[in-house]
Amino acid sequence: MSSTHGSDVATPGDNLLEVDSLFVSFITGAGVAKVLDGVNLTIRAGEILGLVGESGCGKTTLANAILGILAANARHEMGSIRFGGEDLLAMPRSRMEDEVRGRRITFIPQDPYGSFNPLFTVGAQTLEVMKWKSPQRAPGEGRGIAGFFSRYPRARRRTDAEAIGQMLRAVQLPASAAVAGKLPHEFSGGQRQRLMIALALLPQPRLVIADEPTTALDVTIQAQILKLLKQLAKRRGISVLFTTHDLGTAYEICERITVMYAGQEVETAPVDDFFRRPHHPYTVRLLDSLPRPGRQLREVGGEIARLIDAPAGCRFHPRCARATDICRRQRPPVTSLGGGHEVRCYHPIVEAASR
Amino acid sequence: MRAARDIAAKLLRDPSATLGLLIILLLVAVATFAPLIATHPEAVWDMNPRHRLLPPSETYLFGTDRMGADIFSRILFGARITLTIAILAVGAALMIGVPIGLISGWRGNWLGETLMRVSDIFLAVPQIVLAIAISQTLGPSIENVILALSVTYWPWFARLVHAEVRSLKNETFIEAAIALGVPTWRIVLLHVLPNVMSPIIVRTSIGMGFTILTASALGFLGLGAPPPAPEWGRMISESREFLPEAWWSALAPGLAIFLVVMGFNLLGDGLRDVLDPRIRRGNAGR
Amino acid sequence: MRIAALILLRIAWLAPTLAGLVAVVFFVSRVIPSDPVALLAGETASRAQIELLRQKLGLDRPLPLQLLDYYRQLVGGDLGTSLFTTRPVWDDLSARLPATIELTIAAMVVAVALGIPLGVVAALHRNRAADHALRVVTVAGLAVASFWLALMLQLFFAMDLRWLPLQARITGFPPPPITGFYVADALLEGNFKRLGNVLAHLTLPAVTLAVPALATVVRFTRAGVLETLQRPFVAYQRAMGIPAGLIVWKYVLRNSLVSTVTQIGLLFGILLAGAVVIETVFQWPGIGAYAFEAILHSDYAAVMGFTVYAGVVFGIANLIVDILHAILDPRGAA
Repeated sequence: MSSTHGSDVATPGDNLLEVDSLFVSFITGAGVAKVLDGVNLTIRAGEILGLVGESGCGKTTLANAILGILAANARHEMGSIRFGGEDLLAMPRSRMEDEVRGRRITFIPQDPYGSFNPLFTVGAQTLEVMKWKSPQRAPGEGRGIAGFFSRYPRARRRTDAEAIGQMLRAVQLPASAAVAGKLPHEFSGGQRQRLMIALALLPQPRLVIADEPTTALDVTIQAQILKLLKQLAKRRGISVLFTTHDLGTAYEICERITVMYAGQEVETAPVDDFFRRPHHPYTVRLLDSLPRPGRQLREVGGEIARLIDAPAGCRFHPRCARATDICRRQRPPVTSLGGGHEVRCYHPIVEAASR
Repeated sequence: MRAARDIAAKLLRDPSATLGLLIILLLVAVATFAPLIATHPEAVWDMNPRHRLLPPSETYLFGTDRMGADIFSRILFGARITLTIAILAVGAALMIGVPIGLISGWRGNWLGETLMRVSDIFLAVPQIVLAIAISQTLGPSIENVILALSVTYWPWFARLVHAEVRSLKNETFIEAAIALGVPTWRIVLLHVLPNVMSPIIVRTSIGMGFTILTASALGFLGLGAPPPAPEWGRMISESREFLPEAWWSALAPGLAIFLVVMGFNLLGDGLRDVLDPRIRRGNAGR
Repeated sequence: MRIAALILLRIAWLAPTLAGLVAVVFFVSRVIPSDPVALLAGETASRAQIELLRQKLGLDRPLPLQLLDYYRQLVGGDLGTSLFTTRPVWDDLSARLPATIELTIAAMVVAVALGIPLGVVAALHRNRAADHALRVVTVAGLAVASFWLALMLQLFFAMDLRWLPLQARITGFPPPPITGFYVADALLEGNFKRLGNVLAHLTLPAVTLAVPALATVVRFTRAGVLETLQRPFVAYQRAMGIPAGLIVWKYVLRNSLVSTVTQIGLLFGILLAGAVVIETVFQWPGIGAYAFEAILHSDYAAVMGFTVYAGVVFGIANLIVDILHAILDPRGAA
């Protein structure tokens, strides 16, 4: 694992990314939506963290906040995102774009069909990424109008081409020559997602943010892609922030899981512990709602909390059978239950339910 | 209708659309009350050679033209001509185009295709070219201008309605109505037509603007109302030989046209934003 | 091959469409109450003379037969003879076509070269100052009567300031005709003084003609860019840190342009329509001015001929646009 990024060389086990009390709101015509309400999150070097939650829970916003691509109407009110010792939220935008996004933190999108430009060949789009994000590129190289349309830098043309070839093999795509001249629509969804993985790994990042990367794929392909991503990430010691709403997928690939509900993170645990002994009422309900032979399907009553007039305190309290007065008034602090298992709840469910 | 009130409210929140609406109301007011507002109502049609080509002054707000008539008053009366032509031409185009569009869009078979091909004929050349050809053979008059313009504008409505009806036919609620045995005419009139109203309204407003431009161009080319009618386009054409000295006789009518068309365009844009921000801008220019 | 099928289909439809166009104008013209032959014959003609003229012109035969005669005439490539110039209409039009094309191209260049970047800027600054300003400008551009604008510009630049010439294509002798386009011919001749003269004469008419086209280009470029910006590949490139300027000017623009190529047909219509009026005002010796003069002289054959000619030209232009679109976007992907 080569890293030329100086300050953020970390040994496995250290915290690579620390999101600390992050508050993000969106100003909309209908009011102010508090999308992230004091979120804490840590990702360790070399680990695959699953961020689980239903639509609207804020996981995409969190990913965007880390990458620095929040929408124009977003306001970050408080909190920090520390990555390799620096607060990403305080970093100037040009540096974020040049050095962090696509380089130290890369991205795998949810939609492999729409995320490629249909008019340009796959080879051209790959080279565009490598031109700006190759590990051999010096910071700030080629910026400016002349650089935008210039040809590929001669000095690293060969090395980068070799790296691309190797990576294509690693993701089990055909060789460069067969791939480069084709347009995106000539590839299947699974192939495109493999290419996305390749593009995410070529810059030799510390962290890959995978935003529900298998949601749009056929079920039979999903497992392949998950396995591939896990294998490549572990081999290279790259951390992955894997967001999903599908618990089954999370179980497949993640080593630790954090659950989010309506802009608040509610439980974090190593994966096995998470599935065997969930503690937060929401998590318990979530796991209960998975269909299992021989058990009745139980639903989580009520509707997802609105973010514009969000309930005070713990946002799950309107739907929680165990809610008491303090739940309605104050957000629960983090309670550590040992073994890396943390929960934010005044009345966590402690009985051991075996799965 | 509550929907109409909501639309009106939204529209009024848009400053440029409101401005457009005000301009149009001003136009209507001016046209209606021209005899009362005009400073020299009698001089609109008369010849007064002693006062010809006078620059703007207190008596003659926009000066006088080559006949000695007060340009300001002429413009006010010209508003009547402009408004008449616009309303009648676009109205006729609507009444021809919308039913044709409904039929051809709903039927979709050979009848529909034929009707669209017929409308293609009228779109085979730019509107003004065809309008010129028709007007020229019919002779210069307001009626002929209206005829020429409506004959050349109805395809825009027909195609618009045709496309919308075609896509509406695939909507589930229409399929449900058909399945329930609702008679065709009821479906078309009560379900399809109301949903097509939005693009029709937008196009009507924008069409008024472009009709006025084309009409004044025809007037400029000598194909509109014959003199001494105070048609704005013709007024500009008549002023040509007296440039650059009598610049006011060319400036004022043009500004009137500009203002009025601006009004319709602004209103049309505002309506488009309010009624359906997703209306495809396929024919953005007209 | 889809493209070949498309071309054939469009060509196949061109003929009947034009036939229909001719029929429409033909019948409309024959429905008038007044008697065109009497007008032609003049005020002093006697009834017998008028009837004789009517027979001579073949206007006493039943209408449908007259229409067939005209079709036969058209198919033979004969657009009729101008009553005013007494030359075949076809010859008149062909002689004047290069002037109109030169003007149209100049206007198109102005409209596109300025309009596309402005449209992108408007999209990027959506609902902010630059966008609002451009919206006002484009609405104004579409609201102004072109002939009036032409006069105002003439007044200001040619008569008042005397910076630019008032009218015509050139002062003095034209360059030796090779292409018929004065700009090209002057360049080929190597005569830069003449080139300057030609360009000066071209400026006002081209700018005036370009105004509505420019406004349209800005509008639909803006709409196209805004739509493209919503697409997932833009979000992906942004997430991967591709420089923002590059995303817009290399990728987004390309995608939005493909869909706006179809609008060029619309543009062409605007320019052709504008040509009639603008050539008249600037005394530009093109087919638009020819049409106007034909109107003035009640030269019915010439106006009809011009209408058919315009139909053919317009039809071909739209065909080319469709072909371009099919080539640029074979899957309708963009």
